[in-house]
Formats: sequence, C-alpha cells, structure tokens
Amino acid sequence: MNDIQKLKEKAKWVKAETLKIHKLAPESRIASSLSDIETFVALYYGGILNYDPQNVFSQDRDRFIVSKGHGAVSMYPILADLGFFAKEELENVGQKDSFLCVIPDTAVPGFETINGSLGHGLGVACGVAIALKRKNLDSKVYVLCGDGELNEGAVWEGVMFAACHKLDNLVFIVDNNQISMLGYQKDIMALDPLDSKFKAFGWETASVDGHDIEQLISALTLFKTNDNNRPKALIANTRKGNGVEGLQDHPMSHVMTLKPDRIDEILEKMK
Amino acid sequence: MNDTVSVKTMRDAIISAVYEKMFHNDRIFFLAADFGAPSLDKLREDFPERFINVGIAEQNLVNVAAGLAGEGFIVYAYAITGFLSMRAYEQIRVNLALSAQHRSLNVNLVGVGAGVSYDVAGPTHHCLEDISIMRTLPNIVSCSPCDWVTAESFVDFSIECNVPKYIRLDGKPLPNIYMSCDQINWQKGFNELASGDESCFVSTGYMTHKALEIVNELSQQGHNVGLIDIFNLAPDEDTLAEKLEKYTRIFTVEEGFKDRGGLDSLMRSILGRKGLNVELKSLGFADKYIFKSGGRDVIHEEASLSKKHLLSAVNNKTELSKTFN
Repeated sequence: MNDIQKLKEKAKWVKAETLKIHKLAPESRIASSLSDIETFVALYYGGILNYDPQNVFSQDRDRFIVSKGHGAVSMYPILADLGFFAKEELENVGQKDSFLCVIPDTAVPGFETINGSLGHGLGVACGVAIALKRKNLDSKVYVLCGDGELNEGAVWEGVMFAACHKLDNLVFIVDNNQISMLGYQKDIMALDPLDSKFKAFGWETASVDGHDIEQLISALTLFKTNDNNRPKALIANTRKGNGVEGLQDHPMSHVMTLKPDRIDEILEKMK
Repeated sequence: MNDTVSVKTMRDAIISAVYEKMFHNDRIFFLAADFGAPSLDKLREDFPERFINVGIAEQNLVNVAAGLAGEGFIVYAYAITGFLSMRAYEQIRVNLALSAQHRSLNVNLVGVGAGVSYDVAGPTHHCLEDISIMRTLPNIVSCSPCDWVTAESFVDFSIECNVPKYIRLDGKPLPNIYMSCDQINWQKGFNELASGDESCFVSTGYMTHKALEIVNELSQQGHNVGLIDIFNLAPDEDTLAEKLEKYTRIFTVEEGFKDRGGLDSLMRSILGRKGLNVELKSLGFADKYIFKSGGRDVIHEEASLSKKHLLSAVNNKTELSKTFN
C-alpha cells in the first residue's frame, strides 16, 4: 500500500469513527463533520502539521484553529489515534462527565481555541501569526473555516489584516461545502468566485478537491515553503455529508441526523 | 508621593506608564483600533514592532489581542469604550472570557469615553451600559477609575494580574483625587474618601468627582456624608461591608442606566449577600438615551444627575429621617 492509499484508509477509519460518535451523540453536526475529514487527515497524517501529543503546547508546534467548531467531531478520532487523549474517550462523546462535547473546546487536548460561535478563528490566528514572527518561530498557523462562516463580517476584518501585515505564516482553509443551515450558500449569500475575492485582498490562493488527500497535501506543502509575504487561502471544494447517501448534498443536511440503524447499515457497508 | 493636584487624561497616564514598561518588557504589545492620544505618538514611533493599529475594527482588535496573549504576550487593546465593549462583545465573551477559563490571557481592554464623557458627540458615543454588560462576564476584571492616578496604577496591576481585564476611562482631562498609586489596592477595589454619619455616596469614575464636591460642601455646613469610590467592579466584599454597615442609607451615583446591572445593582447584591440593612437609593440615568447637546452638565441636568439633584436626594433623605425619628 502506498502512502496515499494508507491515508485514504485512515480517512475511511475516521469517517467510521465519526459516524459512531454521531450515533452516540446525535446532537453532533454529522454532515458538517464529514466534509472536512480529508483536510484533517492531510494536516495530521500528511506531514503538514508539526505537533507533539506529549507536549500539546510545545513552542515549535504549528497552531491549528478549527474555526468551524460545529463540524469538528471528526477530529476527535484523529487526536485520540495520535495520543492527545485516550481512545476510550471516543465512547463518551457528549455523555455525562466526558470532556468531549459535540463542539470541541479548550478543555480538549489538541484544540487551541473555542469556536462554537462562528467567525472568530481567523482574527485570533492573525494575533498568533504575529506572535510567532515576534518569537522568531518557523511554526505556522492554520485555520479551518466553513464557507457559510464567511458570511460573518469579522472574518473579513481578519482577511484585510492578514494581507496588510504580510502574514505569510498563516494558512486559511475554507471547507467550501456549499451548504449552510437553511440551504445552498449560492442562494443565501453567493460568494463565487471565492478565490478571486481572496486574491483581490492580496492573498495567495489555491483551489483543490477537498476530498482528494493528494491534492490537499500538495497545495498545503507548496504553501509551507512559500514565504512570499502573503497569507494563503486554500479553497477545499467539498460535499457536505460526503459519502452518505441521502445526506450528501441535501440542502438541509446541516440539521439532519442519522438514525442508529442507518449508521449501523453504513458502517456495515464500509467494511 | 505626589502631593500636588494636576489635570490630566486617564489615557495619557496609562499610555505613558505602558510606554515606560515597554523599554524593559519586550512581551508588551499595544494595539489600537485607529484611536490615538498625545502620549501614543512616541509609543508608536519608538515601538513600531509592538504597536499595531488594526484599523477601525474593534472585533479584530480583540481577536488579534487574544491571539497574541495566547502566545504569552501582554496586550493592551485600545479603543473608544462604547465600541470596544459593545461592538466586540462577543469576541470578548468567546476569545477572552470563555478562553480564559483554560488559558492564561493577559489582555487589557482599555476603553476611552466612559459614561457621557464624550458629551457633545451624542448617544452613540455615550457609554451607559458597559459596567452592566462587562460585569456579567466571568473571568474578566472590570475597572472604573476616577482619576489619572488610579489609571496609572492600573498598569503595574495589569502586568502582574495575568487575566483579561477591562478598564473604562473618562475622556476628559480631570484633576487627580488620589495623591499616590500607593493608595490604590486593586484587590480591595475601593477607597473610602470620606466617612459619614448616616448617609454615604458610593460612586465610580467621573461621578466620584461630583460626589466629592458635594461631600466637601456638606462637610463645611457641618453635615458628614460619606463617600466610597469603587474602582474595581468586583471589590472585596468583606472589607466593603465593614465600611457600609455603619450607614443608614447609601446613594449610588453613576453615569449609567439605573437598575440595569450597573453600580447600583452591584451594591444591592453586596448589601443582600452581606445581610446589611442599609437603604439604597440609585442615582443614574432613567430608561432613555439623551440626545441633547450642550455638554456634560446639560446631560446631567436632563438625567437628574446634576449637583442640584444629588444634593436634593441626600437632603431629602436626611430631612425624611429627621421627621420620622
């Protein structure tokens, strides 16, 4: 099995674990948590992020801010797999006494910030990016943001700031899954062409198939080596509810939950 | 010890003190939302690497401050106080108050224009709600100095105390009431400026000046009315209760809405928690914004917060108690 094949297998495992979490905690946003799995896999297993599960606040780590907090239970299996916390904890998500809520927070090892409310991640990342430069660290700041989240005005304060301050150690990944709570983004707040908006603000941009791990790794690797005084935006074109029939691309997928027997059926098929 | 009185803005006192600290402490950043002060000019010039003007963007001001503080820097985030506390309220809630539960975040929100100090600018620039809304957030220390000495003393406290803080500064140059920073104990959070017999004013910010004027006048007429200046909006309640218990009544005086979570609500809660049988009369703004021009005295007149109103409140009460006794 080549490396990419292994990463695909890992993504499949993460998807299965995410579905199990949803079965345990149906309040979790399953569709939102399925569109970003390959991004998480590329970052954590594809040699992009520098991290140390034994020393979660190590100075030379890369900082990863998950701004779309509602779609991040799919990061729990990864953090558990890498040793940020015990794998058994995955069986307690949303349950009494568990530190794993359906929206991650600062109590979870591996999460830098709390992001249940949308539109905060980029601005905070701007402050972190300046701090890293001030400390002469080569570490980078990564932010994952939803496309619907871009409707929040505060995001654009960060977009302007990052370009003006030449924050080339900042990588902003847009999980462009096209759908927010009440339907398609194009009908709610049309944003296309998205990459040219970032370009106009002075950002370097790239667009990839957000479910193609190879493409994600290749774009993120290029960003890593490119100290060109410009912040970087990666538009990851994805499908909300990716890979689940009935959920995938359903305009109301954000608020849909999967019944336990349906989850068992999907998991059985995935074997 | 400084035994002279001089007139100065609180912001110049804070910024000058931060400026001095920045020479010896390279962890300090000063951010502004395109908002200045005479004292800020040399800071901007001498520390271009650690001064950032984020532009007219209070939300991003707080976000960037939170990001820097999370990396261990001490940050001052400077803006017009109504915009800082209200435009960026959710950024303060999420990225400071919530985050400070698990992280050390030394962010100092420095707001200028408390109360109606931007008098003629009108109601968008009046700030009558901030005490109430900031006080409701856990994990944030809220400060309300009455003079530039208190404001200056905030700087040492702000560096030592590694949590998010909010300090609301008056926009006008005012004389100092305190003679030395040594008189300011931020943990205690208040000072008794005058001891009275039956009645006591409890004030914060600019209104401490007005209350002090009245207390001094009454004292010359032989009436001893007390005055307590609250500068930390979570004062030490045991110590404060010891001062309050001797009074029959207190008058809270604030440039803020009455009975909406401000200074009067704070004092009412403390009296209740301590089981003190002290009457409280709230002096502040009624439930409406004031659109009048003409200056602070005109607004105070409209809001029933003028010297005349304050005097009449305390006199009426004194008269009443005489009649009933």
